[in-house]
Amino acid sequence: MIVLGIETSTPQTSVALGSEQGVMASTQLASEARQDRVAPILEHLLEWTGVELSHVGGVAVGVGPGLFTGLRVGVATGKTLAQVLSVPIVGITSLDVLAFGVRYTRRLIGAVIDARRGEVFHALYRGVPGGVMRLGEYGVAPPGHLAAELEAAREEVLLVGNGAILYRKELEAVGAGVEFASPPQAYPQASAMVELAVPRFIREETDRSFEVLPLYLRKSDAEIAWDQRARGATA
Amino acid sequence: MRVLGIETSCDETAVAVIQDGRIVLANLVASQADLHARFGGVVPEVASRAHVQTLNPLMDEALDRAGCRFADLDGVAVTVGPGLVGALLVGIAAAKAVAVATGADLIGVNHLEGHIYANFIEHGPPEPPYMCLVVSGGHTMLVHMPEEHRYRVLGQTVDDAAGEAFDKIARFIGLGFPGGPALDRLAKEGDPGAIAFPRAMIDTGNYDFSMSGLKTAVLRHVKAERGAGREVDTADLAASFQEAIVDVQVSKTIAAAREHAVKAVLLGGGVVANTRLRERMEKAGAEVGFGVQFPSPELCTDNAAMIAVVGASRLARGYRSPLDVSADPGLELA
Ligand SMILES: [Zn+2]
Repeated sequence: MIVLGIETSTPQTSVALGSEQGVMASTQLASEARQDRVAPILEHLLEWTGVELSHVGGVAVGVGPGLFTGLRVGVATGKTLAQVLSVPIVGITSLDVLAFGVRYTRRLIGAVIDARRGEVFHALYRGVPGGVMRLGEYGVAPPGHLAAELEAAREEVLLVGNGAILYRKELEAVGAGVEFASPPQAYPQASAMVELAVPRFIREETDRSFEVLPLYLRKSDAEIAWDQRARGATA
Repeated sequence: MRVLGIETSCDETAVAVIQDGRIVLANLVASQADLHARFGGVVPEVASRAHVQTLNPLMDEALDRAGCRFADLDGVAVTVGPGLVGALLVGIAAAKAVAVATGADLIGVNHLEGHIYANFIEHGPPEPPYMCLVVSGGHTMLVHMPEEHRYRVLGQTVDDAAGEAFDKIARFIGLGFPGGPALDRLAKEGDPGAIAFPRAMIDTGNYDFSMSGLKTAVLRHVKAERGAGREVDTADLAASFQEAIVDVQVSKTIAAAREHAVKAVLLGGGVVANTRLRERMEKAGAEVGFGVQFPSPELCTDNAAMIAVVGASRLARGYRSPLDVSADPGLELA
């Protein structure tokens, strides 16, 4: 079964085609300025591989957490492709994909993505046979908070993601037990997402297409300001 | 030929299917007004989130009502600007996906051109050239249109758009957001000559507009009345304020139509749903011998049928957009 993967949670746009047999084609394009290159990249991949969209049996789409605008481009593209092609869809989080990429470590895994405004999206994982298991909820917090959480865990940890690179200093403060994954692993890759998604399509554990939505973890500024005013008014 | 239209430039998610250039098979608009009301204006991030949630089911429903499938589409028209960039990108991403998956031609459409072409849905195009007045929450402009798809902007607002001024004054007198339609209704009970508000830039000899002086005059009037212990007659205020805006728009449009010897005046944009503007412009046109056209109110406000109609017309003329066409929040009419 051929699965199309679309991942746009970070400034990297990643699109891949793959199956149980492995990756057929995969691209990573870093571009802060243009987060809307999914469709032309997809067209190139189809051309290069000779795969026709009618042979795609499922769409895996990255739902974040990540940068909102790019994320929505990926989600809207993936949902619409699944809708038009009448194929199932699976939404996969960016943090799960990052952790999956370093699953062979025996350390605790911390997936950390830059959330801008001095914050990171994060989650903790442990490698298990066949993948990773998430420990606790997805979160958004200043890197200092995450560092405190890691310190409390008193365990050797491997940090992965562009947030880990960006806030290396703050996160290193945890102590000697922290290691950082290399930069090529710092962005969630659509090829890894496809690998994660294929078993879910085979087990038919797919999502309802219209219910696949970005995982924002943060309200809009206007809503935050509104909530603060509302709290102020009742205080 | 069937064309799907997608419009997500501001706070309405809209999808339409048209056939043979201008037969509307489906035209759906999911308004987000309720989501933005408490903020007193459109919040871009809130708008983008709603688009990504609403657009796909709306496409399903539009096709269902049109009685066709994605595979029956020959073209996909999508608004690429002007508008909120994050909101535009949602519609553009979906449109590209439809184009890639069906092989239908992709065509990016200027939202303002859509407002003008909304006129051709019900009446078909009259003989060009045209003088177009586009008035909405984001725009107030006079555009000379010598032939189809060719534009020269003669003038526009130097500060607020007319729709923005309507919303602000409506809010000021407690009519909520968006306040345009409520102000229109209230004005019907008032006397348009009750308060002599300034007719901004009416004699400047150019085709630019300004709203700030009028807005200040309204606020000053209310303050003075309250200061004198008098209650403000909001109906008179609404009617007089509206009349000041309409006066300027009618006089500039007619002057421009005369100068450029056009045969028809076309009105477009959400503010054109205003009954007084329609009434006055029609009367003025009849007096000087121009045909004045405006769309039905539901085609004045943002919709996707108008986008599909522009797309169909452009596709028929051989225009296509590449798959890497992007959003242009400040896209100009040219
Ligand atoms: Zn509009």
